[in-house]
Amino acid sequence: MVVDGEPEPKAKSEAKHEGRSPGQLMWIRFKRDRTGVVCAVVVIAYFLIALLAPLLVKLAGTDPYTLYGQDPTYADQPILDDFGLPLGYLGGVSGDHWFGVEPQYGRDLFAMLMFGMRTSLYMALGITVLVMVTGVVIGLVGGYFGGRTDYWVGRVTDFFLSFPSQLFFIAFMPVVTSFFVDPREETPTYFRALAMLIVLWLLGWMGMARLVRSTVLSLREREFVEAAKVSGASPWRIVRKEILPNVVTPILVQFTYQLPSTILTIAFLSFAGVGFVEPTPDWGRLFAAGAQYAEQDPAFMFFPGVALVVFILAFNLLGDSVRDAFDPKSGR
Amino acid sequence: MLQFILRRVLGAVVTLFLIGAATFFLFVAAPSDYASLACGKDCSPQRLADIREALGLNLPIAQQFWDFMSGIVTGRDFPTGHCPAPCLGQSFYSGDMVWSTIMDRFPVTMTLTVGGAIVFLVVGVGAGMLAAYRQATMVDKIATGASMVLSSFQIYFLGPIVLTVLVYSTGWMEDPKYVPITDDPVGWFIGMSIPVCVMATIFTAQYTRMARSSMIEQLAEDQVRTARAKGMSNRYVFFRYAWRGSLIPIVTVLGIDISSMLGGAVVTELTFSLQGIGQLAVAGATTKDLPLTMGVMLFGAFFILFINILTDITYAFIDPRVRLS
Repeated sequence: MVVDGEPEPKAKSEAKHEGRSPGQLMWIRFKRDRTGVVCAVVVIAYFLIALLAPLLVKLAGTDPYTLYGQDPTYADQPILDDFGLPLGYLGGVSGDHWFGVEPQYGRDLFAMLMFGMRTSLYMALGITVLVMVTGVVIGLVGGYFGGRTDYWVGRVTDFFLSFPSQLFFIAFMPVVTSFFVDPREETPTYFRALAMLIVLWLLGWMGMARLVRSTVLSLREREFVEAAKVSGASPWRIVRKEILPNVVTPILVQFTYQLPSTILTIAFLSFAGVGFVEPTPDWGRLFAAGAQYAEQDPAFMFFPGVALVVFILAFNLLGDSVRDAFDPKSGR
Repeated sequence: MLQFILRRVLGAVVTLFLIGAATFFLFVAAPSDYASLACGKDCSPQRLADIREALGLNLPIAQQFWDFMSGIVTGRDFPTGHCPAPCLGQSFYSGDMVWSTIMDRFPVTMTLTVGGAIVFLVVGVGAGMLAAYRQATMVDKIATGASMVLSSFQIYFLGPIVLTVLVYSTGWMEDPKYVPITDDPVGWFIGMSIPVCVMATIFTAQYTRMARSSMIEQLAEDQVRTARAKGMSNRYVFFRYAWRGSLIPIVTVLGIDISSMLGGAVVTELTFSLQGIGQLAVAGATTKDLPLTMGVMLFGAFFILFINILTDITYAFIDPRVRLS
């Protein structure tokens, strides 16, 4: 494991006098970083699991909605005791229910976790991409055009930044949902997801915009941009061909930090009870349920919790590795 | 210095006004019908009309906005009673004034935020400095490794684990609860120690990493090298020369983090069933109690801006260059 402070392995590739693009150099550096590669594999595995969730759950022979503890079809195989607590060890781990079952209802935890991860990961991916694109466009506009445009873009960014984000996430959720559905009626899951997307998108793009703006600001004065201007290139061409390729690095690094934090925010909303609700399987909702059962059945929290810790840890380490690969001189 | 503070306060007031306007228009003027939310399910048309009248929803939007904003400064009269300044409205459900409810709940959140900050600053910065002092030794590796792992934990996962270990299975401690510090300081300390420590754990990691890297950076500075060359002891150089400089980035990040600390307090309150303003915000959001939600949000924004000004002033004290810019 590469620990902070350890010198980065020197890239020897320069000695061979081959032409290599910065991307190739980065890839070579990244491949040398063992932690980074392992974490990348873990992260990809999570996304594959999320993608294949229906298949995996079918393989386990369960589904996330059936109340195995109450459904009369399953009365011949009792999994809950008289108090509604799972029979057996570790929250009722068995051949049928690989991660145990939920107390009270007897839903299958493995199925709930797989589908929950699927909900969280793909929503987070969608939101992060939206946030990234918005931030990049706004940052580019502010940074490239400068002057008055930059001033106002900066003020708007500051204004959005001054919102106490987590409190606002909670508070805006019902308001945004009420844009779509009559507040007196039940909100379909689809609209809840949409509302979450809008809220997290509106209050999430600022960090990216600031980062891109400051990068673009320093690039704008560079010789190659001047040269492109002198040779009569249109602003669109300069942005696309000269500036964007140089902002890709910070964008990618930021992306690896943004995605896990979006996942945590979605989990936070569901945990607080304003995100996804019963019976939609969701990672954050499992923690809300787990907190409820913590006293009687602490094992329920084990698998969702460990899965989350491993995922966030892998993603954070991956983020550091990607940053180091792009810029070996950075930070650690 | 005074001019600096004044400028920051003025900026904060403008921002607060804008946030107030934004929330007001989103909440009151949005297609979501304020009155039917207040009325709830099974609402008779007669009652709906009464509520519209009582809340002043038949007035023009601009008038409503003016009433809301001026109410914060001067107080307002509702048909159900007078709401003293700062008036943030009246809860749909309990009928209590939002401001007094927030004031009731705020000490819990304050304890979590301030207590948490003290714990994670002392432990986190301490561990980071220790790691920098013993750079590339076992101590350093353990500190950085542990901080990496701990930062991946979440309050809602760590909280129940700690509760299971310390409370449910062993009975070493009692279930966390809030006792006002003025009533029983010892009970306050014991009751809040688990939530505060759990919340602080999540933040500690980040500060360990930051304190470590900024200290290492400082130790490489010219003046530190000169001090060493003059034959000063390692410890003297560390505490007299490098320490102060390494605090600047930490104060900056602390200022930025206030918002997420408030968020952390929300999760902590929910995890440990404490009655703070985060819990209030969630209750307001889930029952669609708009005045309550709006009040908590404005209060949160105010709190964050206030702390931000405080950090800026602290910052200006540590680093004189800031005052001039």
